[in-house]
Amino acid sequence: MVSIVRTPHPREKRVIFKNIDRPGWTNDMDCYLNDGGYEELKRALQMKPEEIVNEVKASGLRGRGGAGFSCGLKWSFIKPGDTKPTYLICNADESEPGTFKDRYIIHQDPHQLIEGMIISCFAVNARLAYIYIRGEFPEGAKILERALAEAKAHGFLGKNILMSGFDLEIYVHRGAGAYICGEETGLIESLEGKRPYPRIKPPYFPAVLGLYMSPTIVNNVETLCNIKHIVRIGGAEYAKTGKPNNTGTRILCVSGDIQKPGYYEFEVGSITMGELINDICGGLKPGRKLKAVIPGGSSAKVLRAGERYKLKVKQADSTLIENEIGLEDIPMDFDSLTAVGSMAGSGGVIVMDDSRDMVWVLNNINKFYAHESCGQCTPCREGSLWMKKVTDRMMLGSGIEKDTDTLKAIADNIAGRTICAFGEACSWPTQSFVEKFRDEFVATVAKDSNGSYTH
Amino acid sequence: MEIPYELETRIDEVITHYPVSKRSATLPLLHMLQEYFGYISEETMAWVAEKLELEPINILEVVTFYPMFRQEPAGETHIRVCRTLSCAMAGGYDLFKTFCKHAQIENEQDEHGHILKSADGKYSIEFVECLASCGSGPVCMINDDFYERVTREEVPQLLERYR
Repeated sequence: MVSIVRTPHPREKRVIFKNIDRPGWTNDMDCYLNDGGYEELKRALQMKPEEIVNEVKASGLRGRGGAGFSCGLKWSFIKPGDTKPTYLICNADESEPGTFKDRYIIHQDPHQLIEGMIISCFAVNARLAYIYIRGEFPEGAKILERALAEAKAHGFLGKNILMSGFDLEIYVHRGAGAYICGEETGLIESLEGKRPYPRIKPPYFPAVLGLYMSPTIVNNVETLCNIKHIVRIGGAEYAKTGKPNNTGTRILCVSGDIQKPGYYEFEVGSITMGELINDICGGLKPGRKLKAVIPGGSSAKVLRAGERYKLKVKQADSTLIENEIGLEDIPMDFDSLTAVGSMAGSGGVIVMDDSRDMVWVLNNINKFYAHESCGQCTPCREGSLWMKKVTDRMMLGSGIEKDTDTLKAIADNIAGRTICAFGEACSWPTQSFVEKFRDEFVATVAKDSNGSYTH
Repeated sequence: MEIPYELETRIDEVITHYPVSKRSATLPLLHMLQEYFGYISEETMAWVAEKLELEPINILEVVTFYPMFRQEPAGETHIRVCRTLSCAMAGGYDLFKTFCKHAQIENEQDEHGHILKSADGKYSIEFVECLASCGSGPVCMINDDFYERVTREEVPQLLERYR
């Protein structure tokens, strides 16, 4: 139960995580106000809502929950003058395996999130907002409730906020242990008091038909925290950090077989995978070699060490050249990770060394998805369970020769055939593990048929 | 079934958080009632349904879907151990077994979805999926308290805290 607090690495740029583990920092209102808190809210309330939306668009901010969708664009789907009310929901259902950033913001810096939310609600004209926090964060829910009460007592919430004429209430809503509630339309169903079955898009885009069939914005905790910083420095200035189309900072959560697991915040794309693992996280355990990395939460496709990846790089004269690079040279940004066939996802980086059995790893991941499938769509409900059962039997030493191909075939028949992205989330691990480590799956089954494989 | 006045007052206040639809208060009410009674009985579900002007089936379908709601009591102290990848790599399965051994819980098993109880009803345990603290595994929750980097050696003293 050792508690490890690390001082930020010199290559980090701490903006969202500025106050995390900061000496002397507490999560109450006084501390936040002494540090210049709620000044951005005051500034934002002097602006026109559409000006804030334009600043967010100019910032290039992309959603930090997993999909990486443009935040400003999402907001601009809300049409001014709609007769229905608009709602804003903060997605604090952090549950993508490998991801652990929102937990620290909620526990240590709740007012940063709340200030970001109030500004965001003002920008999209939402008068009622909810923080949907996962059920397994009971302490986080209490901290947020206390922080909301403090904000209300200071006139930052409630009627006529700081004499601006803007009214807003924010409530905390606790989930109850279901991963699918992180999917925005599933979250909305859950907030309506139902089973969190995701809704089909179209027509149920939350910005049009969201909570109570009204326009709704759903944003991740980290995304909403960014808003106050965009108001502080302006969208154009914000866009100078990071890389074009990959702006701002990103919190990377690193876990697995490394010396210093933890959370680190960088300008997007300012470090490579190798620098992250070897320089920032202190490298692998003694005597171990890098085997594989899942770069963006367990749904992201696994990348194999030693493989060559093709990456198009823009030259000074804006021509594109194609470079062949190794795993360790991949820049940690949205576009590069997509280009090498995976994704930046939620920022959860899981590192595996050469002691890991890839069949065991995939089996662990398959158990997660089989448990978490909501069961609405047949390919996902049945397929996620079949994939688990096949890797289960491989682990028990009773795999059969065609299992490797069966796994791939099941996965290929889920992705693209479901209402929500869970279909892809559960098939990408199987597709990529079987493709990149086919030799191990084949060898496991071969050992099984010899009767010499034991666990 | 007796609901204390104080609890019902809090419940009525929570319902006001959802001015558009009372049905939205289903999850918060179930959390509050499970916290008070230790589990959710058929009677509790009927009470929630009436309170929110719904049919009991609307509540049952929610209780049966969400892993955190249970229809029978857990032990006096309930342990949740993370089963997912980063914790499993850091020794989550071993931690689960060690808890079982020291809390005298039989029928050790590796899968989630079931609550296992000690014979004296003091402790219960279940595997849960990712608790979002993958950098400090293996992690667990004991009742509402969260513990990270839990070693096998620390298990007896941890259990002692909840005796």
